[in-house]
Amino acid sequence: MLLALAFAFAMATGGRLLAWQHSQRPDSNSVLGRLLGESRRAFAFHFFLKADAYFHQGYYPSVFDAPTTERTHLEETARTDANSARHEHTNTHVRARDWLEDFGNHFYPSTHRHLERLGEEREILPWLRLAAELDPHRVETYTTAAYWLRERLNRLPDAEAFLRDGLRANPTSAEILLELGRLYADNGRDVPRARAVLEMAATRWFQHEAKKPEPDVSTLARILGQLGDLEDRAGNLAAAHAHFARLKPLSPTPDAIQRRLDNLQARLAKPR
Amino acid sequence: MNTIWALAKVVVLEMVRRKDFYVLFILTVLLAVTAGSVNLFNEDRIVRYLKEICLLLIWVSGLVIAISCTARQIPAEREHRTIFPLLAKPVTRGQFLLGKFFGCWLATGLALALFYLFFGLVSAAREQQWPVLNFLQAAWLHWLMLGIVIAATLLGSIVFAAPSSNGTICFVCAAGILLLGRHLNKVALQLTEPAQSLLYGIYFVIPHLELFDVRDLIIHNWELIPWGVVALASLYAAAYTAFFLFAAWLTFRRRPLN
Repeated sequence: MLLALAFAFAMATGGRLLAWQHSQRPDSNSVLGRLLGESRRAFAFHFFLKADAYFHQGYYPSVFDAPTTERTHLEETARTDANSARHEHTNTHVRARDWLEDFGNHFYPSTHRHLERLGEEREILPWLRLAAELDPHRVETYTTAAYWLRERLNRLPDAEAFLRDGLRANPTSAEILLELGRLYADNGRDVPRARAVLEMAATRWFQHEAKKPEPDVSTLARILGQLGDLEDRAGNLAAAHAHFARLKPLSPTPDAIQRRLDNLQARLAKPR
Repeated sequence: MNTIWALAKVVVLEMVRRKDFYVLFILTVLLAVTAGSVNLFNEDRIVRYLKEICLLLIWVSGLVIAISCTARQIPAEREHRTIFPLLAKPVTRGQFLLGKFFGCWLATGLALALFYLFFGLVSAAREQQWPVLNFLQAAWLHWLMLGIVIAATLLGSIVFAAPSSNGTICFVCAAGILLLGRHLNKVALQLTEPAQSLLYGIYFVIPHLELFDVRDLIIHNWELIPWGVVALASLYAAAYTAFFLFAAWLTFRRRPLN
């Protein structure tokens, strides 16, 4: 009797679990993705951090050293387009806690360095590729890899192809569209295409991000800034003015945007 | 000395005849070649991930060879009863242990030499440079580390009943120290007394195998480690190896053989 009950329970539960599993959208079709199951996201994040560690030539804090920051250095550079080689770290060399640790510091990278100084940023790419393979819905992986490919390695076709892969996996991502727009605007000099992509990025942001309780306003600000720059360079001063006017209330530096607006206003007022 | 050398030679010959090393070497070569053939953004100059994978395989293989080779030495001699005629000859138990240790250490050293030669070839083929001294330092430190592991496994093979349990315990301990050893002091500082002093004590007592793991320096082309530091590390390894061998001798000298 008990056996029959257990069998019935197992069949019912198993059937429901199978139905639930089939209803889930597969995240990754790769062999690795299927083998690792849900744990692949953790692995993907680990490999993303690995890329950052490679960028620092192996010098990287462990989980025991310091709390992890919200963004990796690699990602922050890609977002802000800052010259990361000149960024400051508050504790470039942590003091050893005892003589053994002091002695041990000779055997692993213990000073802060960057890969880019040697022009070898390509070394971070395998880990970013692997991270994207394991978790195709992690947008930062695509935008970060594309930034390093186009900006530091001058590999525009590869950057574009990778972003398009990312867009296929994340069709609503405004960030990937922004990165694609930057690629067309800054590197490809394809103004109509860049404009179309950036405007689509803004639309996607309003469709999906604006509804969230805490929307990522900085992405919209970057889209508007990029659009403003694009129109300014293309000579569409009125359109550039309109974009910068929308950007001003979102920007952390409204004074700088106001100066840009004043400049555009002055140029618009000049007789042609 | 001749007795020790004769015993060591037998161990080396035994390892040459066994298939363990060849299987691990071929596996390492296959995995490294497969990893190297992956197309990554059409960029064929990417090398560091390949060096990392290759060195990881070498480290795992090195540990497996050292532990599996050592763990079966004394139990096999007992099982085949060859230990009785051996110790009936003018061979002391200390010489027997030293012969086994040097045999296993030399055999592992030969295996490491081949593995590092392969690693050097992979690195040179992709990177167009061959920092021989850096590779020599890495291989030397790796071999010293395996010396400690071999001595500890030899002690384990006298203490534990079966080679399988000894091998598993030694492998878990070595992997644990390699992964967590350097962080124990940081964890200890976050604890309250007396756990803090206890963990800090353990941190100072355990052999820090991770000190000899210079893979990151090799992967990212860092400068040479100062030779004085390498000499100190060698002394550190020698001290722990001697300690484990002495403990093995103390345990083995009055232990009945059957």
